[in-house]
Amino acid sequence: MFLSLARKTGFYGGIGFLTLFAILPVLWAFLTIFKTSGDLYSIGISPFFFDEPPTLSNLVFLFTRTNFPTFLWNSAIVGVCVVAITLLLAVPAAFALARLTGRWGEHSGMAIFLVYLIPPSLLFIPMYQIVVWLGVANSIWSLVIVLPTITIPFCTWLLLGFFRSVPRTLDEAALLDGCGQFTAFRKVVLPQVYPGIGACAVFAFSLSLGNYIYAATFINASAARNISAGVPTELIRGDVFYWPELMAATLVVAIPLAIAYGLFFNYLVGGFKNAT
Amino acid sequence: MSKAAATVATARDGGALARLARWLDQPKVLAWLMLGPAVLYVVAFVGFPFVLAIALSLSDATIGDPSLDNFVGLSNYATVIQTDAFQLALRNSLIVTAGVICLILVLATLASELLVYSFRGKRLFQTLFILPWAMPVSLAAIVWLWFLDSTFSPVDWILVELGVLGPGSPLGPYSHMYYLGREWLGLASTIVADVWRMLPLATIIVLAGRLSIPEERFEQARIDGAGVFRILFRITIPALKPMLIVAILFTSLLVIGEMSMIEILTRGGPGHSTQVLPYWAYLKGIAGGSLAQGAAIALFLFPFLLVVSVLALRAAYRAQEA
Repeated sequence: MFLSLARKTGFYGGIGFLTLFAILPVLWAFLTIFKTSGDLYSIGISPFFFDEPPTLSNLVFLFTRTNFPTFLWNSAIVGVCVVAITLLLAVPAAFALARLTGRWGEHSGMAIFLVYLIPPSLLFIPMYQIVVWLGVANSIWSLVIVLPTITIPFCTWLLLGFFRSVPRTLDEAALLDGCGQFTAFRKVVLPQVYPGIGACAVFAFSLSLGNYIYAATFINASAARNISAGVPTELIRGDVFYWPELMAATLVVAIPLAIAYGLFFNYLVGGFKNAT
Repeated sequence: MSKAAATVATARDGGALARLARWLDQPKVLAWLMLGPAVLYVVAFVGFPFVLAIALSLSDATIGDPSLDNFVGLSNYATVIQTDAFQLALRNSLIVTAGVICLILVLATLASELLVYSFRGKRLFQTLFILPWAMPVSLAAIVWLWFLDSTFSPVDWILVELGVLGPGSPLGPYSHMYYLGREWLGLASTIVADVWRMLPLATIIVLAGRLSIPEERFEQARIDGAGVFRILFRITIPALKPMLIVAILFTSLLVIGEMSMIEILTRGGPGHSTQVLPYWAYLKGIAGGSLAQGAAIALFLFPFLLVVSVLALRAAYRAQEA
């Protein structure tokens, strides 16, 4: 498409502005990781340059002298379990709503949305009691049980969009060939939405990592903390902030996730397109 | 005959097991089998705790005595409403959410308008752009805490270099803004940090709406000689309405229920001047031990959110059908 010079400037100006807005705090965090404390805490010099040679000692400290590896491991276990539970329940539910429930399923998007009106900030107090009753307080399994409440409605909704984008003629043809409903789902429709399922897995994983209120409420023991509650409570000691380590902890998590999101960006857009 | 059809043919002659399999494969039965687990899970872990939350808010339960045997009616609500902290928390929750919505609407429309086109380095842009959303919220809040630090904030440094901050400059004699130590600046910082975090998700939703507008409508308008802004306000924005509503709903429900941003940035202070509802519910209910009052604070906005969301969703559906 032809863009005049003025429009081109406007276009790249907009891209530049949005990029800067998104990454300026991250850039500052990134530079912080590699600064020596003498460089970091001197006033008057440019914060965006290195006055002393960059160092890896902060990263080494984070991984060898703090509980961060434990938090990371806990988050990974919780994340994988939550993704597994979510997909196991949400994929069939979304297919049923998209194909088997007829008119009734068409407005289910709205019903799923209503579940979102009851957010964790409203549920964490009774949920704390339930977790105590189930005997999983203070362990990562409390999060494995509770976090799918956030991811299942969301992923069902998104997957609904992916299933709707599969042409109906595909499974109708399979049914005409004598396939059963379930076989048509498993062999014909499901393979069409693999990228969508991948996008949902990334989404569910990052939501399970990001939830703070449940992790902070249910778990007090350091060994069972995940990153979202462990890093703010244990790497900040009263008024002492280990800034380079904190920034390293953040980016070690955020950069791989951002790359995963970047890969599925277009699929996510596609899911939202058909979900509403 | 295909292989699948052959299997079905043998199954038809088979015994009770095959008959059961065929019965389970009927659309109505299969629908319930596939929907059932998810529905049961949501009822057990969202529906039940929700009822429990209401019961708690009408009782005098504390962490020490969590039984629901004492019904006290609406008195928790009455007690809670009268405190200054609650009134400030309610005000701030509404201000922050409204502020975030306004900024998100403008920025997400802008971003989606840019992301429609393909350009060099789009993949890289998408990855950098989504980075804030990829961070766990509490960690994003820590990044902002350091970004807006009272002494070492690079924003202050940039402002001083630009000559708008520091001795003899428009923003006063000090070289620091103390973003998080003042009531209104603290709230504004929270809004910006929340916008920063939510913009990627809102943009994805709005972009999904933008891509479903048929290209012919833009071409027709261009042939008719409409300019960029005329197309934006006459065609794009009206057609985007349903998805803008969905984006607003997602954003505001996620912002209004998030406590770690405020907890980490300002701890609700100075005083309670930047307090928000979820953090106050946490302080009262879990840290302070009064489960009943905490539940009342958390539930307070629910009827309001329910009505607003249902109205908004109905508007979105109607706009989509029109």
